[in-house]
Amino acid sequence: MTAAQPEHAVAPPALRRDRSNGVLAGVCAGIARRLGIDPLPVRIVALVLSLAGGIGVPLYLLAWAVLPGEGHAQTGRSRRSAVEIALGVGLLAISAMLTLRGLGLWLSDAITWPLALVAGGVALVWRGRTWATDEALPTTVTPEPPPQAERVASVSRQGLGAGLFIAAGLVFLQATGSLSAARDVILAALVVAIVLGLIFAPWTLRLARSLTIERAERIRSQERAELAAHLHDSVLQTLALMQKRADDPREVAALARAQERELRAWLAGRSPSEGERRLGAALESAAAEVEATYRVPVDVVAVGDVDLDARGEALVAAAREAMVNAAKFGAGSPVAVYAEADGGAVQVFIRDRGPGFDPDAVPPDRRGLRESVVGRMARNGGRATVTASPGAGTEVELVLESAP
Amino acid sequence: MTPRVVVVDDHALFRSGVRAELESRVDIVGDAASVAEAIDVVAATEPDVVLLDVHLPDGSGADVIAAVGPQHPSIRFLALSVSDAAEDVIAVIRAGARGYVTKSISVDDLADAVQRVHDGDAVFSPRLAGFVLDAFAGASPPPAPVTAEPDPDLEQLTAREREVLQHLARGYLYKEIAHRLGISTKTVEAHVSAVLRKLQLSNRHELSRWATTRRLVE
Repeated sequence: MTAAQPEHAVAPPALRRDRSNGVLAGVCAGIARRLGIDPLPVRIVALVLSLAGGIGVPLYLLAWAVLPGEGHAQTGRSRRSAVEIALGVGLLAISAMLTLRGLGLWLSDAITWPLALVAGGVALVWRGRTWATDEALPTTVTPEPPPQAERVASVSRQGLGAGLFIAAGLVFLQATGSLSAARDVILAALVVAIVLGLIFAPWTLRLARSLTIERAERIRSQERAELAAHLHDSVLQTLALMQKRADDPREVAALARAQERELRAWLAGRSPSEGERRLGAALESAAAEVEATYRVPVDVVAVGDVDLDARGEALVAAAREAMVNAAKFGAGSPVAVYAEADGGAVQVFIRDRGPGFDPDAVPPDRRGLRESVVGRMARNGGRATVTASPGAGTEVELVLESAP
Repeated sequence: MTPRVVVVDDHALFRSGVRAELESRVDIVGDAASVAEAIDVVAATEPDVVLLDVHLPDGSGADVIAAVGPQHPSIRFLALSVSDAAEDVIAVIRAGARGYVTKSISVDDLADAVQRVHDGDAVFSPRLAGFVLDAFAGASPPPAPVTAEPDPDLEQLTAREREVLQHLARGYLYKEIAHRLGISTKTVEAHVSAVLRKLQLSNRHELSRWATTRRLVE
């Protein structure tokens, strides 16, 4: 029991097997949690009950079968090695049989020891299975194929279990005295197995290889299907739209540019929703909106990138407003946006090659640039400079020093 | 003098488009659709300028430069691409291209860029200028090369060069930059050429990384 204890002290949890902290099935840990005490005394009691009168073992098994499990077994169990598990179950089996002896039911050594070994082996081999179902039940998501290391561990676990089975058989044969007779049979069986293995080895290898190839093929065709789906939803739709609007060159160009931007973002692995809070991505998406609305190409070049806070969002909003202005009054000339973030400050330049204007001659009711750009920057501790002269285009410079 | 130009691009539509648009201003002496074809055509025609797509079916524009560049030092390469991935652009520049423009460039600007490259100048699109500023950003000097003698001047941009690049990234033309900075257009060109040289020769980590990522991927 760790940090979770205080809560439980207030309202004792229902009696469940606590697999996260259990040694075998979490029965003792579950009881201890219900009582709000350390599992160790409970375990000692269980052990004493098992060894002394033998009543502990059936009680434990009963509790295992009856109590619902809780918590992920994997984290708890993976700390214990496969050998420990096998040993534990083997010992349980021995103690069960010793109990039976104590009750007067005599089992010979020829049965006791092999049974203990078999119990250990069964525990090992089945453990992997029960794990898989334990894991699959709480999460409905399909479990991913286990990583290489886990697979190796699983194989070695199975191997160890099989070894215990074989050992059990040998001990049984030895104890009953028929080992030497069995040896000849085993030898013959071994020879046959080897011969069969040699005969079928090429076929097995081919099968394995074709399975690998098939798997790779399947992955590839899945990727192709995903690509096709994306192209269908985006590029093909846009192309169809462009054919319909073929008589409006500006519309076609805008459609093409919007599609290009979307495809690039997709190729670069940027989804439109995430990355909104980075400067570069936010400017890109603002540019895309302006482009779509005003049918004027907007190119964004960004050097460096920063996460956006509230002031950064204000900067992006001001930049967007400046783009709108450039698109509206730039006489259809492309808009160039350049952003530079070098840790200290963020600078954004928005430039068009339109007719330009005389800043002093702008009537006071035209508040777009003054309020949305200059005012907004000032309110957020930045500044905006508008450089414009008739005939030479307009450039808006936005500067935001990083917060002290 | 009209430059003699070879167009290398795997899209026939694009090749014929460029041919139609530029024919009146430059002398298009051949075209090619692959690395192998480009090597043959360039060797046979010995043009002044090669308009080179970054991606080709059997390799990259950098492969073409590597194959024909050494034997024909007078041929200038101008990279032309829809790709704007930094590693593609930097790789072809480091292979020896004198500039990089995107395919969305206007006809006038493209003709101007070809002439400029023919004259021995460098041509930087705003996006390339952005990449270069990014690559040279940060004060951390690169690890000193073990073999060649380290040249610290190659590893950083001067303040003026940064200024020129920033203006290029903001969409200014050479003569506008010259006017704004109070220097001559020739000086602006000299700065850009100096940046190009640094771009090609620098050992900066970012540049070598960009230039090699593609090869590792392929």
